[in-house]
Amino acid sequence: MLAELMVAENIAFYLIAGLMVFAALRVVTTRNIVHAALYLVLVLAGVAALYILLAAEFIAITQVLVYIGAIVVLFLFGIMLTRAPMGPMHDSDNEQRAVGAAIAVVLLGIMGFTLFRAFRDVQFDDLQVQTTNQVATSVFSTYLLPFEILSVVLLAALIGAIVLARRD
Amino acid sequence: MLLNQFLFLAAALFCIGVYGVLARRNGVMVLMSVELILNAVNINLVAFGAYRHDITGQVFALFVIAVAAAEVGVGLALVLMLYRNRRSIDIDDVDLMKG
Repeated sequence: MLAELMVAENIAFYLIAGLMVFAALRVVTTRNIVHAALYLVLVLAGVAALYILLAAEFIAITQVLVYIGAIVVLFLFGIMLTRAPMGPMHDSDNEQRAVGAAIAVVLLGIMGFTLFRAFRDVQFDDLQVQTTNQVATSVFSTYLLPFEILSVVLLAALIGAIVLARRD
Repeated sequence: MLLNQFLFLAAALFCIGVYGVLARRNGVMVLMSVELILNAVNINLVAFGAYRHDITGQVFALFVIAVAAAEVGVGLALVLMLYRNRRSIDIDDVDLMKG
């Protein structure tokens, strides 16, 4: 039973991972900016699914609410307000494409090699559900000060965004 | 599941994001690539948290999500300013400070 569950976990992981890598590649290669935003939704939903696979419920819900609910909408507003062409753009990439791709591939090689050397056969022994209760206890005891500072950061960002984007 | 499955996926997402930041002209598309990078980091944080049975990974991932929200807000406001002043958000044209 447990072995079957682990096989199911792996199948789910590889399905989600394949979808995410495909969608992420489309985000950085598609010439249509609205399509890029919609493929980004696919990546973000995949990340939320991975969190559920890792038994991290609260952060999965937060991912859906904040990223898919708020940030993607912000992106779509940004696309509209900057009057981006709705169709494909002919100059969406600059002439550094080849260099950028080479850097990305080399970086992936280095990171992949290091990860392979460091964590070759490390298994998750038993995934325990990390409940919202535990997250809240940690945030409001150990990490109370960073949490409060974060609210000030959000306020500053809000005021900064309004000041920058205001028409006067 | 192996820990490495998650770490490799995060590394792949990170590198795709780096490519996007380097190769895209449009300011909004660059911000989307930055989001890919931040999500890759979050996957790592949560995966290590689950591996070590430590809640701290999730708490840090939450903080990263909140900071990312602030970053997108300010970033899009900057792109909007750029568009108002120059009628274009091609960030390759923003080179006034080039020596």
